[in-house]
Amino acid sequence: MSFTTPEIAWAPLAPLIIVLGAAAVAILVESFVRTPERRRSVQLVLSLVALLAAAGTAIVQWTMLDGAGTVVLADMVTIDRQALAWQVLILVFGVLGTLLFASRTRAGEEAFTPLGSVAPGSSEETLARRKGFQVTEVFPLALFAVGGMMLFAAVTDLIFLFVALEVFSLPLYILVALARRRRFLSHEGALKYFLLGAFSSAILLFGAAFLYGATGTTAYAGIAAGIGSATGLDALILAGAVMVVVGLLFKIGAVPFHSWTPDAYQGAPTPVTAFMGAATKAAATAALLRVVYEAFYGLEWELSWLFWIIAIASMLLGTVVALVQTDLKRMLAYSSVAHAGFILVAFAGFPDGALSALPFYLASYGLATMGAFAVISQVREKADDGTVLGEATRLGQWAGLGRRSPLLAGAMALFLLSFAGIPLTAGFVGKFVAFSAAISEGAWPLVLVAVIASAAAAFFYVRLIVLMFLTDVPEGQEDAVEIDFSPLARLVVIVAAALVVLLGIVPGPVLSAFENAGVLLLGAAG
Amino acid sequence: MFPILTVMVALPAVGAAVLWALPSAARDRVREIALGITVLELALAVVLFLQFDTATAGEIQFSETYAWIPQIGASWALGVNGIGLLMIVLAAILTPLAILAGWWEDSDGDRRTRYLALILLSQAFMVGIFAARDVFLFYVLFEAMLIPLYFLIGSFGGAQRRYAAVKFLLYSLAGGLIMLVGVVALYFQGPGGDQAFLTDNLTDLSMSTSTERLIFLAFFFAFAIKAPMVPVHTWLPTVAENARPGTTALLVAVLDKIGTFGMLTLCVALFPEAAAWAAPVIIILAVISVIYGGLLAIGQKNMLRLVAFTSVSHFGIMVLGIFAFTQTSVEGAALYMFNHGLSTGALFFAVGFLIHRRGTADVTEYGGLQRIVPVFAGTFLVVGLSALALPGLSPFVSEIMVLVGAFSVAKAAVIVSALGVVLAALYVLLTYQKVFTGPAPEARASFRELTRRERVVLWPLIALMLVLGFLPGIAINVLSEPSADIVATVPVQEAGE
Repeated sequence: MSFTTPEIAWAPLAPLIIVLGAAAVAILVESFVRTPERRRSVQLVLSLVALLAAAGTAIVQWTMLDGAGTVVLADMVTIDRQALAWQVLILVFGVLGTLLFASRTRAGEEAFTPLGSVAPGSSEETLARRKGFQVTEVFPLALFAVGGMMLFAAVTDLIFLFVALEVFSLPLYILVALARRRRFLSHEGALKYFLLGAFSSAILLFGAAFLYGATGTTAYAGIAAGIGSATGLDALILAGAVMVVVGLLFKIGAVPFHSWTPDAYQGAPTPVTAFMGAATKAAATAALLRVVYEAFYGLEWELSWLFWIIAIASMLLGTVVALVQTDLKRMLAYSSVAHAGFILVAFAGFPDGALSALPFYLASYGLATMGAFAVISQVREKADDGTVLGEATRLGQWAGLGRRSPLLAGAMALFLLSFAGIPLTAGFVGKFVAFSAAISEGAWPLVLVAVIASAAAAFFYVRLIVLMFLTDVPEGQEDAVEIDFSPLARLVVIVAAALVVLLGIVPGPVLSAFENAGVLLLGAAG
Repeated sequence: MFPILTVMVALPAVGAAVLWALPSAARDRVREIALGITVLELALAVVLFLQFDTATAGEIQFSETYAWIPQIGASWALGVNGIGLLMIVLAAILTPLAILAGWWEDSDGDRRTRYLALILLSQAFMVGIFAARDVFLFYVLFEAMLIPLYFLIGSFGGAQRRYAAVKFLLYSLAGGLIMLVGVVALYFQGPGGDQAFLTDNLTDLSMSTSTERLIFLAFFFAFAIKAPMVPVHTWLPTVAENARPGTTALLVAVLDKIGTFGMLTLCVALFPEAAAWAAPVIIILAVISVIYGGLLAIGQKNMLRLVAFTSVSHFGIMVLGIFAFTQTSVEGAALYMFNHGLSTGALFFAVGFLIHRRGTADVTEYGGLQRIVPVFAGTFLVVGLSALALPGLSPFVSEIMVLVGAFSVAKAAVIVSALGVVLAALYVLLTYQKVFTGPAPEARASFRELTRRERVVLWPLIALMLVLGFLPGIAINVLSEPSADIVATVPVQEAGE
């Protein structure tokens, strides 16, 4: 057996190389820049520059590309407009997430523990805090996660799919565990996320093995060809395809693979929740789109029922359980489960429209998620002596927030309305295009379930708006909550709010950008 | 051509933004500014009415079309025929009056600013909806309008205002989202392209019968909630009881007309065959609304709830007129939409004035006011009589047109509905009796006569009802052609019930 070196087209990989290269450099920075404060500044600047440069490169390539895109790394990665559109989206979430990672309270406190390796509540922890230690590793970890997600959106081979999955998952497991406050909760969330994540990776890998066994290849194109021609192996192919899809549904957080979301969302430091909620869902949707449209398109009839059932289960369970939550972060976690269901609605019948609808949906959902968690990170509990504590995530603590901070409460209301899909917000256009895609394939019963779930979901979004604007601060609680002004987090809130409104009122340009991206992928799928 | 409709949408919206942006120091003049904006809007509406070409009232006039989201076929397309024109005029008349009627509310400048800004914003949405010529645009405004209304109800009003606001929102949202399925499904029946959602491109589509019926039902469901029809009317009394009378006046007099307006211009115009198919059931529901609303109105102690239930009854008459599909009945229904706005608006304002004086809407707390405040009593009586359709006042004309027009196709329904008129006499006169007649209360001096500002609110409405009561032709002129067009699209059905 001879081995030939694959031809590698470097230019299409430039955005990826920039991000992953910067991540490698950032690790060196960890070792060589000793003072925490300086290290933090260097890391922040390095991350932002790398992410923006990568986004710029990706956009330039997007405009230069035409036709089916470039296949690089021996068919394992395809850089086309679809991939680049997703990459830009993930990079935007990366930039906003990095800004949140770097935000600090007025007292100079950040969201992360000063030293991840010490036990919670130990004297070492106190010492680390006093010495001003900081885990600046969060910046390279985030860069690796972003790099992995970008790759995830572009892979066209099952082996590389698995590699990309691990590249972005491992940093996230660590990030989830690094909360500064309520560290046991953080550890618990991270452990659950890790165990279930490992489980899902195994399922995905198992499925890939089945598919390799049946078709003799791990490349999407080869599998698509094999689905038509491999006779007598239908059961093997179908089992493999279902397992690969299930592995990805874990990452999207759809029922019944959602059980990690509430704990991970609640336990993780809020900036990590924001980044994870927005970017993971986008990357996993991108990968699912690609594997479904390029490899499993021939299995439409066999796989559709899976999407129907899981979509309905996610929407209903996410909505119903979110109704009874009393913790804000958990409520948004279950709302994310419901949104996973809405995403899967667009897959019903594998409509062409999904290729342009889903990037828009994820853009609108991700921006609102980023913004909402950025708001949460600024609403703090306050002790009797006036020191500012952790985030006030109990719903009741948000009563009367509209009085305290009209800007934050107004922005939060906007994000919630966008989640609920009220017109003139990005969320409405997202739902509209996603539902249109499903109806174009005749899946209107599914859409009917989706709108009923939307109406029920509106109830708990609206409940928070009622609390913020129409409820007075409870007696004796006037000083229990404090708005902590953090310029970076506030910047994220304003940018996200502006984009949510902008995409809601003039979605045209972005829609057409994604539209072009979608058409080309379908061309490649044949 | 001067884009008058876009200006009429933009003016109150910009006005709302200006109010919000005002520095705190300038907020003591905020009522005057808001009133000025709405009066300017009224002036524009008058211009619109005068410029409107009555000879071609059935055609869309003042048409504007701009590309908005060509990717999904949505355009910013405005234009009105006679029906839309009258609705816009109604909105323009009632908004400044609502601001005047609530002049005394809110001592706090910030709160007042928020209230007025929300009122202006709602007006922008109302005008936009009545002028929308694009289904997507209509839907977007229809749903987005819920936000200012939600805050109007939930932030300003009575003890249970939060509950009322949430109830209102969830009812409307449920209807709206079902309609969304219809909107999307309609897109795939239409021609597609950059202007797929223009109503012109969606009329006369060839759909399969079952598709047409399903889409029709999706639209109708949303409009039935908005127009409050039994059995989805229950949000209205709750809202009326808890919101400010000014808010409720706008809500019932203008915004709820979006329901009947939508039935006329979207449900029937786009899906005539499905409309004919569903008409018998809808007429039955309408008759139930008439009777049930009237009966419940009689049992109410709270005057705001009472007026709300009378409106449920009146909306039943409008729906009956629309779905009887005769020239006279449809014309009557469209005219009633306008007249009911004047009459109910005036009624809510008047009740609001009573509540302002005594601090309660409970009818048993009043009595014998006739001798203390004769002008108030007289005015209230006239307004009340308009609600029971007394000849000489304009609601009479429209109600009789609906009943006479519908008689040929739905005799039983008309006969039962006519009972509604008797019920109306009961609830109006009983209320008048309880509030204004009887022995004079002890604290005579504490009850003030109608002030000049309050007269400015009520008397023009009464004058308008008198004019239209004797000269209904002014309004019917612009309504008959669009009504004829609508009736012509509906396939002929057999007479009788």
